[in-house]
Amino acid sequence: MSDPANTELPGTAERRIPGPVHHKGPGPSESGWLDPRGRSHGGRALALHRITGLVIVVYLYLHLGVLSMLLVGRSSWSSFLSLVTAKSFLALEVVLIAAVLFHGLNGIRVAFVGSGLAVRRERALFWAGTALGTAAVIFAALHILGALS
Amino acid sequence: MSEETRRFRVHRYKRGDGTERFDEFEVPVGPHTTVLDALLWIKRHHDPSLALRYSCLHASCGTCGMLVDGREELACVSAVEDHGAEITIEPLANLPILTDLVVEMNGFFERFPHAHPIIRSSAPPPGSHVDEAGSRGGEAGSRGGEAGSRGGEAGSRGGEVHLEGEHEVTLEPLPGPLPGPLHYHPLHHEHSAAPPGADFMRLEDCIECGLCLSACPVAATAHDYVGPAALAAAERLLEEPRGVKREDVLAWASRSEAVWRCHVGFECTRACPADAIPAERIMALRRELIFGDDDHKEHER
Repeated sequence: MSDPANTELPGTAERRIPGPVHHKGPGPSESGWLDPRGRSHGGRALALHRITGLVIVVYLYLHLGVLSMLLVGRSSWSSFLSLVTAKSFLALEVVLIAAVLFHGLNGIRVAFVGSGLAVRRERALFWAGTALGTAAVIFAALHILGALS
Repeated sequence: MSEETRRFRVHRYKRGDGTERFDEFEVPVGPHTTVLDALLWIKRHHDPSLALRYSCLHASCGTCGMLVDGREELACVSAVEDHGAEITIEPLANLPILTDLVVEMNGFFERFPHAHPIIRSSAPPPGSHVDEAGSRGGEAGSRGGEAGSRGGEAGSRGGEVHLEGEHEVTLEPLPGPLPGPLHYHPLHHEHSAAPPGADFMRLEDCIECGLCLSACPVAATAHDYVGPAALAAAERLLEEPRGVKREDVLAWASRSEAVWRCHVGFECTRACPADAIPAERIMALRRELIFGDDDHKEHER
């Protein structure tokens, strides 16, 4: 029986030192979920779901901040209203609606598929949600920007 | 005669250097050249120090997994023709890099805790001992799954095992009864990295290439996530328990770092070269855990 201490191959000790770990993402940070390279619709949907989630959270805090202007007085609120009714600002509202719609519709897909339902149709669900959301965003954009009035 | 060439950008890293870089090589290619062919050409004609791992050359061993233009592929079956004029080759993501294109696969196997119900406990038959097995020991120790499958072969023949004609191996008894629902009988070689009585793992329906773990966006940020391969193997056991208790499998899968950590990206299924459909299997596990039925076994892409 050979001594196990003598059977250690060259480089075994070096192997125990952890090497760098790559993540599929820009930069050295753990941004693997963000990298669209080599991703399918599911991975890109996951990344977009997280990004839109962050957008919605930021919006909610902004919204609360804006509402607090009511505490200041009528004049500050009126001047703010004139700002947010500008076309450029309304375009941001369309972006917000797109983010909310994507997050919500993809969330429904994730809830269904993630519960083991319609797993075979997850791709179809994704594209159906995308089509529905796109149609809704186009309608909302035309409505908000005044093209329908 | 004019020869088509492609530019390969190959990731380089050596422990001694401590820095990573990309080296570029012009490689002559033909209509049937694979990425592995090209890398071996680089190794033979330009840089013998280029380190990569490969074995079977036909997508069976799962050792040559790497990122080809950012996508997880087995280099041995990845046609150069399917890629552009410049091809970027990187090691798999989410696993520590050993050198160049080689990652430490322990990071893949360590996602399987010892309590995993799909780990088959290894046990040589009582009264047996190891006679001669040095040449196979390294192989068994380097790859748990390989060892497990050989163990099944060994165990089925009892104490004496005949391997490839001349080699006769007798197995050594282990102290005490073995835990676990199933008892395989893999070879324990004196050169094996695993001590006698250690458990080996066998991932069912999977070539253990690690591509799913590299592709998984959740594994990039959740280091304790057991990953698609382990979960797919657990679901495989529900389909064919072979003595394993279903409740053990489900209890293991229902932990926070297991089935609920998946974010339904389906990248693992897209990356899997063995069509083990890990994502669908994870969803089947969830369905079983939520609804308690197991009649949703029809896995399709």
